[in-house]
Amino acid sequence: MNKRNKVNIKKITVYGMITALAVVLSWLEAQIPPFFPMPGMKIGLTNVIVIISLYKMGSGSAMSVNVLRIVLVSFLFGGPSALLYSLSGGMLSTLVMILLKKTGKLKEITVSIAGGIFHNVGQILIAMLMMNTTSILWYLAVLWFTGAASGALIGLLGYMLVKRLPDKLFE
Amino acid sequence: MKKGRSIFGKIKFDILLVCVLLAVGGVIFLSAFLSGQGGDSVEVRVDGKVTAVYPLAENRTVTINGIGGTNVLVIENGEAYISEADCPDKLCVNQGKISMNGQSVICLPHKTVIEITGEKQRDKSDIDIIVK
Repeated sequence: MNKRNKVNIKKITVYGMITALAVVLSWLEAQIPPFFPMPGMKIGLTNVIVIISLYKMGSGSAMSVNVLRIVLVSFLFGGPSALLYSLSGGMLSTLVMILLKKTGKLKEITVSIAGGIFHNVGQILIAMLMMNTTSILWYLAVLWFTGAASGALIGLLGYMLVKRLPDKLFE
Repeated sequence: MKKGRSIFGKIKFDILLVCVLLAVGGVIFLSAFLSGQGGDSVEVRVDGKVTAVYPLAENRTVTINGIGGTNVLVIENGEAYISEADCPDKLCVNQGKISMNGQSVICLPHKTVIEITGEKQRDKSDIDIIVK
């Protein structure tokens, strides 16, 4: 009983810290002036946190940390439409990464590349619904590759962190 | 040689997946490019409704009244772009010039879309308006 309580307290602390870190990274990225000419072209710093929680804490944790982060960030800095865009992109990309990781045959960086692409695909799907437009082929074409590039960068960073962070921290 | 093969074996599926993803991206890009021929007019949509259609061949400058703000549309030498906007992020201005069929400039805060269209698409959108 006592032991179980201890484990839970540690779990709560780790979840809290990881989510807080994700929120801070979201804020940090929002401070970068929008010099990329398209909405949705982002580095996606917080994806590092998603990868760490996916590989260190498991699928459920990755999804809940990401959803929690998006809700918090949207209430703090964004609006209801930001919440919708972020949720659709974030949840789709996390889902894709969970499924790819489950195959057990792929490296972190590849999982992250797919995550980056599908983050943009999720956002474009919502944009299609919200803007009532289907002419998104050009956006999809460009954002497909920028998503892959940022996913590769973040995947490399995530891989290095997953390798170096001690497992004991997340047990 | 043996070592090289084992490394390749380890990332075999990674290479495969990345190649598939890049190929799909290439197909999307190619289809966007192929469907980009034959655009001859600039369509303005606010909140999903077509508010104006201008020929791409005529130079002009118009102010578009979007939801909660305005954007200035410039059509010049067969290209269309947003020169000014009163939204804070100015993403629509940064999106640059468009001239190919299906290309668009989207201003999310004002729910405004500028899109290049051709003969066929314009007929279709006219029918949409009648239905609505």
